Amino acid sequence: MSPTVDVPSIVVRLQDGVIDVTAETRFLSEGRGDVGAIVTFTGLCRDEKGTLSGLELEHFPGMAEAEIARIAGEAAGRWPLLGIVAIHRYGLVAPGEVIVLVAVASSHRQAAFAGAEFIMDFLKSRAPFWKKEHRADGREGQWVDAKDSDEAALSRW
Amino acid sequence: MKIVYFAWLRERVGVPEEVIALPENVRTVGEVITHLSGLGENYAYAFERPSVIRAALDRKHVPLETPLGEARELALFPPMTGG
Repeated sequence: MSPTVDVPSIVVRLQDGVIDVTAETRFLSEGRGDVGAIVTFTGLCRDEKGTLSGLELEHFPGMAEAEIARIAGEAAGRWPLLGIVAIHRYGLVAPGEVIVLVAVASSHRQAAFAGAEFIMDFLKSRAPFWKKEHRADGREGQWVDAKDSDEAALSRW
Repeated sequence: MKIVYFAWLRERVGVPEEVIALPENVRTVGEVITHLSGLGENYAYAFERPSVIRAALDRKHVPLETPLGEARELALFPPMTGG
């Protein structure tokens, strides 16, 4: 890992098990004194008033990691970031579990807030993942529809 | 050409991937979709609303009017819903 400040450490990972938010976030500040802000976003699986037993996350192996890394790299080029951790689940995710973690470190909070929001906005519409509902009553679930507002969110960047 | 499908597109087509011999006059991603639509009921159903389909050539997002060029793999999928 490069010690220079203009090359942030970027970790991108997909996993089928539970995301340990505390451990993953600790990586951003461990052993260094220059980090003044870490913004952490966690996206969780909802049960939609008890109707869902979980969400199945399908992804495009290879492209999914590459797209998230590309988006993280773009954020690193726009703001003075010191580190980025982006981890996404695939497979079956239960209500209350974390689907995605994006944690961004910088010296001052503005860059970390902006970087985290930028990464999430693009990840939602550009990283190849698709959610299918698993219904609590056992019937066949629906594929989740993309929201127009997610696509529209990109235009502000 | 190798074509891979995801999510409800994969379910409707019935296979996750396949190799399709494309006629000479099929040159763009959109033309592949039009060609596939004519291959059977499952394809017609999968591609009934071509404008919602998203595509990646060799794992890079591309608009539907993009020429296939030298690409080896075309991925077709619905709008993404990760995060």
